[in-house]
Amino acid sequence: MQVRVRVPTPLRRFTGGQDEVAAEGESVRSVIEDLERRHPGLKERLLDDKGELRRFVNIYLNGDDIRFLDQLNSQVKDGDDISIVPAIAGGN
Amino acid sequence: MAKTSKHIIDEARSAIKQVDIDEARRMMEEPGTVVLDVRESDEWRQGHLGNAIGIPRGFLELRVEEKIPDRKTPIIVQCAAGIRSLFAARTLREMGYEHVYNLIGGFNAWKDRGLPWVAERQFSSDEVTRYSRHFVIPEVGEKGQAKLLDSKVLVLGTGALGSPVSLYLAAAGVGTIGLVDFDVVDLSNLQRQIIHTTDRVGSPKTESARTAINALNPGVKVVCHDVRLSSENVMYIIRDYDVVVNCGDNFPTRYLINDACVFAKKPLVDGAIFRFEGNTTVFYPAKGGPCYRCLYPEPAPPDMAPSCAEAGVLGALPGVIGSIEALEAIKLILGTGHSLIGRMLYFDTLSEHDYVRMLKIKRDPKCPVCGDHPTQTTLIDYEAFCGLAPASNGHADAAMGPAGR
Repeated sequence: MQVRVRVPTPLRRFTGGQDEVAAEGESVRSVIEDLERRHPGLKERLLDDKGELRRFVNIYLNGDDIRFLDQLNSQVKDGDDISIVPAIAGGN
Repeated sequence: MAKTSKHIIDEARSAIKQVDIDEARRMMEEPGTVVLDVRESDEWRQGHLGNAIGIPRGFLELRVEEKIPDRKTPIIVQCAAGIRSLFAARTLREMGYEHVYNLIGGFNAWKDRGLPWVAERQFSSDEVTRYSRHFVIPEVGEKGQAKLLDSKVLVLGTGALGSPVSLYLAAAGVGTIGLVDFDVVDLSNLQRQIIHTTDRVGSPKTESARTAINALNPGVKVVCHDVRLSSENVMYIIRDYDVVVNCGDNFPTRYLINDACVFAKKPLVDGAIFRFEGNTTVFYPAKGGPCYRCLYPEPAPPDMAPSCAEAGVLGALPGVIGSIEALEAIKLILGTGHSLIGRMLYFDTLSEHDYVRMLKIKRDPKCPVCGDHPTQTTLIDYEAFCGLAPASNGHADAAMGPAGR
């Protein structure tokens, strides 16, 4: 399955500045593995040592938080839209 | 032959069913009956029936369909003494309203019977002019403006986000604006913090913001909280406010104000920015939405989340996010429309694809603070929680005791 992944500003240094990249996989987890192959360094920003989603990063599958779907095992379809949204603190 | 006013009144009387106060009261108990007050705005303001709809007779034909769309609605039309309402009632019949009644004796008779009525807030002539564009918005109007003037909003931070938030709240006539900031204006702030000015460099930010707010709207009461927000003072500071707007710049403050607002059951309008990117939402678990911790249970380590000072920030972007925060605060005060509770508006203004996205966010039933079985019911040391050096006041590890509710 080919999906579109929206990359937030703080992670664009791993994607050569691109705000959207393509990736393939059957689940969100396998999409992340594919992202890591294409853009090394991204995975560590998203997953912790145990392979779980970091708790200051959210991933939305077609606008829905995957924590309320099937977490990293959420299945993806061709053309799905994945948004990575890390916590940002700025306001000043 | 030309008609006299007596002719016209007699004709209208014979065409429209007349009801006295007792009949009208019986009808009002029936669900669906509407009382329509056709007096002028100044008469309405001085007192009217609590559940009446007010449309001055001169605007009747223009506005009645919006307020009373169903032509079968039973309508009791009322003015001061029962004559103007008679003509209004005849017009309604011409427009196809089927069940129109005229209240004999009007509002004066109602008042003389000692029945309940309410008075609107009286606006000064300056206020009538200043807020005239609000008065014509159906969702604001005089009632909404009165709510804004009576409201109290706390703005946390008077920087990039706090500037547009404070200015727009002040312009809208929010009666009391609290400002929390302990910083002073620096020349490097002025590229984005539009509430401050070059000649106020070196002044406390709260004082500088107060000057700007009162220059824009002298009717606003500004309360300066010239302190660093902490677990010790936050519950006391937020206590008197209806809405809190987060314009903070670091994770410890974001978790602190979130937890405090959950404990105090206050709505927290949130915004955050990063260069050309930003997001905004409303955290309000008391209304079913998530809190900040539902969204991000743990803070990012400092090396993964640079501040504005480290990452840079553009001026217009917080202008956008802050303006939406002000808008959401105003909507909450007015009680109108759909708030951003449970939705995050996400701006990615460099993107070729989606400049703006709406993300669904949910309350986590397992949230340690707002969940069904909270495990944290007091404020903690947020510097330590965020992996930073403990707060300098010596409360390094211990929870900060009762939240002061």
